[in-house]
Amino acid sequence: MDTILEMKNITKTFPGVKALDDVSLKVERGEIHALCGENGAGKSTLMKVLSGVYPHGTYDGDILYDGGVQEFKDIRDSEDRGIIIIHQELALVPLLSIAENIFLGNEVAENGIVNWPATFARTGELLSKVGLKENPATLVTNIGVGKQQLVEIAKALSKKVKLLILDEPTASLQENDSQKLLDLLLEFKAQGITSILISHKLNEINRVADRITVIRDGKAISTLDARGGQITEDDIVKDMVGRDMANRYPERTPNIGEKKLMEVRNWSATHPLHPERKVVDNVNIDVAAGEVVGIAGLMGAGRTELAMSIFGKSYGTEISGEVLINGAPVDVSTVEKAIAAGLAYVTEDRKEMGLILDESITTNITLANLGGVSEHGVLNEGAERSVAEDYRQKINIRTPNVEQKVVNLSGGNQQKVVLSKWLFAAPEVLILDEPTRGIDVGAKYEIYTIINQLAADGKGVIMISSEMPELLGMCDRIYVMNEGEIKGQLAAKDASQEAIMRMILKA
Amino acid sequence: MTDTENKSIGYYLRTHIREYGMVVALVAILAFFQVVTDGIMLKPVNLTNLFLQNSYIIIMAVGMLLVIVGGNIDLSVGSVVGFIGALAAVMIVHWDLPTVFVVPACLVVGAIIGAAQGYWVAYWRIPSFIVTLAGMLVFKGLTLALLGGASVGPFPDSFQAMSSGFLPDLMGGLFEGRFNVFSMTLGVALAALLPILGLRSRAKQAKFAAVDEPMAVFVTQHAVAGLAILFVTYLLSTYRGLPNILIIMAVLIAIFTFITNSTTLGRRIYALGGNEKAAKLSGINTKRLTFFTFANMGMLAALAGLVFAARLNTATPKAGLAFELDVIAAVFIGGASMSGGVGKVIGAVVGALIMGVMNNGMSIVGVGIDWQQVIKGLVLLAAVIFDVYNKNKA
Repeated sequence: MDTILEMKNITKTFPGVKALDDVSLKVERGEIHALCGENGAGKSTLMKVLSGVYPHGTYDGDILYDGGVQEFKDIRDSEDRGIIIIHQELALVPLLSIAENIFLGNEVAENGIVNWPATFARTGELLSKVGLKENPATLVTNIGVGKQQLVEIAKALSKKVKLLILDEPTASLQENDSQKLLDLLLEFKAQGITSILISHKLNEINRVADRITVIRDGKAISTLDARGGQITEDDIVKDMVGRDMANRYPERTPNIGEKKLMEVRNWSATHPLHPERKVVDNVNIDVAAGEVVGIAGLMGAGRTELAMSIFGKSYGTEISGEVLINGAPVDVSTVEKAIAAGLAYVTEDRKEMGLILDESITTNITLANLGGVSEHGVLNEGAERSVAEDYRQKINIRTPNVEQKVVNLSGGNQQKVVLSKWLFAAPEVLILDEPTRGIDVGAKYEIYTIINQLAADGKGVIMISSEMPELLGMCDRIYVMNEGEIKGQLAAKDASQEAIMRMILKA
Repeated sequence: MTDTENKSIGYYLRTHIREYGMVVALVAILAFFQVVTDGIMLKPVNLTNLFLQNSYIIIMAVGMLLVIVGGNIDLSVGSVVGFIGALAAVMIVHWDLPTVFVVPACLVVGAIIGAAQGYWVAYWRIPSFIVTLAGMLVFKGLTLALLGGASVGPFPDSFQAMSSGFLPDLMGGLFEGRFNVFSMTLGVALAALLPILGLRSRAKQAKFAAVDEPMAVFVTQHAVAGLAILFVTYLLSTYRGLPNILIIMAVLIAIFTFITNSTTLGRRIYALGGNEKAAKLSGINTKRLTFFTFANMGMLAALAGLVFAARLNTATPKAGLAFELDVIAAVFIGGASMSGGVGKVIGAVVGALIMGVMNNGMSIVGVGIDWQQVIKGLVLLAAVIFDVYNKNKA
């Protein structure tokens, strides 16, 4: 077998973060090659380098494809050479028909005039190839996610694909849709199409993949040959998570209170657009004063939805359940009331939902507690600045001054601003959603130190993270969540990444 | 002056180029027309007219700023101006109601109109463009219906005074001839008060952290502003003194500058426009705020409607036509961002003055209404391009 793709020594850095560090990847013609790794390990970045999303020149290393070194300038460039990527978030226009979506940007047209009969005829052929029985004129919004995924694949086929890349194609699919999709991949393989499959679902990978490359922390760890059937899920998991954990987490002596500080009872929430989907299903969790509790799970497990629905019903509909603080039920029906009840929620996406990027550090820090820096609705600018200055020193926000706009700060410092905002609101329980996402190791350590300090001050901390080592390094207790339900909990001493993974995958 | 200080002044000016740029543009435009009109531009009578002509635009620009900072837009204000003018005329001329009742009643009606539109925008998430476009049509129609298609007037003196009256000279007779000493005294007092307030806030800031505005910039800025105030009040005092409407405007500008700069309410509106999701997740009641900005806008549009009717001394079905465009243009020329979260009251006022000076100057020079529109359109575009260019460079 010959090699269709070889990525050699790819290094890609973002400001402050090395996303890919000297990664090499070899894909043979006609195989299904799986890429495994935790969230944020660098799989998607690698594929973006390959497909020209990050154009030639923005990374170091070489891409050898189909016999020559390639210097893709953009996606179109790579698509012209037959590399098609299907992203996790589908790139379909909901209010256009299946046929229009498949030929979007690549219309069957002469002199700019679309040939509709030919478009529909070719769409029909493509749909039958992917086994989708739908009218080409049906609007994409009217078919389910599984079928939309097939439309994406049909779109790829319309472009004469040689190398098909699928980024977590089954993440949002039901079991039987997933199976169909995997069967389709095997069929493509028989037709000689090479695929790269990014997935978290190890059973699926084991089913279809010929070889598996594991990426961890921006480095390619190993390439396993799965054709002999010798590879077990445990082998993959070990490579995915096995890293040196020494000294990455600050020392802490837990001092956990006897009583439960916050309890959430029978909490359920429904997807705002799909009323039949229960995103949070009868969840019971609790946290004591001085305790750091983790919630582990994969993307889409419902962790963020759980946190946001508790915090002022900021997510979902038909929310039911009870929140108790110090044993007494509290009203968390609006964010204002949730804050008053002693809750704080640090969002997963700090740029979209946590910060006002064009405003100063000061403005952002005082935003959740303007009452603390004003009298009768009139702001005391001096007090505001001194609060900001105080946090700048206390938690080490690196900036020339607190009037700096937060858009100019690094990810780690932005996160510290978000934390400062919530520290200033003086909550009893903090829910931290991916508190260290996208920030470098040094800043992570500082964030961990702040979290430990909060626990030492008798606050309750709930930490949602997709990085399992982080949960293991920081938490006293870990809940494992999947498909909206709490699948179980582990005490810190019994927990391991393998144990958590197994608890998730068991489902 | 040391080298680092030079650098920091340069840096400060570069980062605040938008704010100073607009003031410089206003002065340049004024100077330009002063020359090409052979000095008519800054004649006391013309200056007085300038304020009277643009008062309703400035009043509404202040309210529109809050709406736009909050991430919305209000297209109905022109029609509300017409409607409130008509309502006032009907109440006063047809029903013989006293001015002291009509004015507050009209302001309340304006607030209700704004609130009614704000309700759909805030609580039903209907795009403000659509809600207020509907409002624009509705109130244009209601104006016609109320007036029966004809003009209604004239108004009693007490009503007219709001727009065409002048501050009485309480110190009259100190000087022979026509010089309004009281108006001048007010101007001097204001020119003295601003730097004192400025110094106090600097001192407060300095207590907690380094003041980022260099002293040289502060001094220049206040010297220029002070001189401008003295110059304008001097000119106005040699004519009939300060117009009542100028006082109303000054008070409004002061109140809204204070609200936007120094109150939690103002801060929350900026937060809402800057990032609605983040504001909401910080416990800010974004719906109520949006609602408030529209109710406030309605009230100010009503005030503008009263002022405009009083100035024309009649309510006509055409009153307020296309005012919303001037008001929105003023706010954007003044540096507000279409996406919300950015903009200053004083910027909107300067933006309105730039438009006003150009209208006035071009009319004096004899530029036809056709070319006036073309030029104003290009100025709006240029101001926003300047904005975007600066932002991209930074």
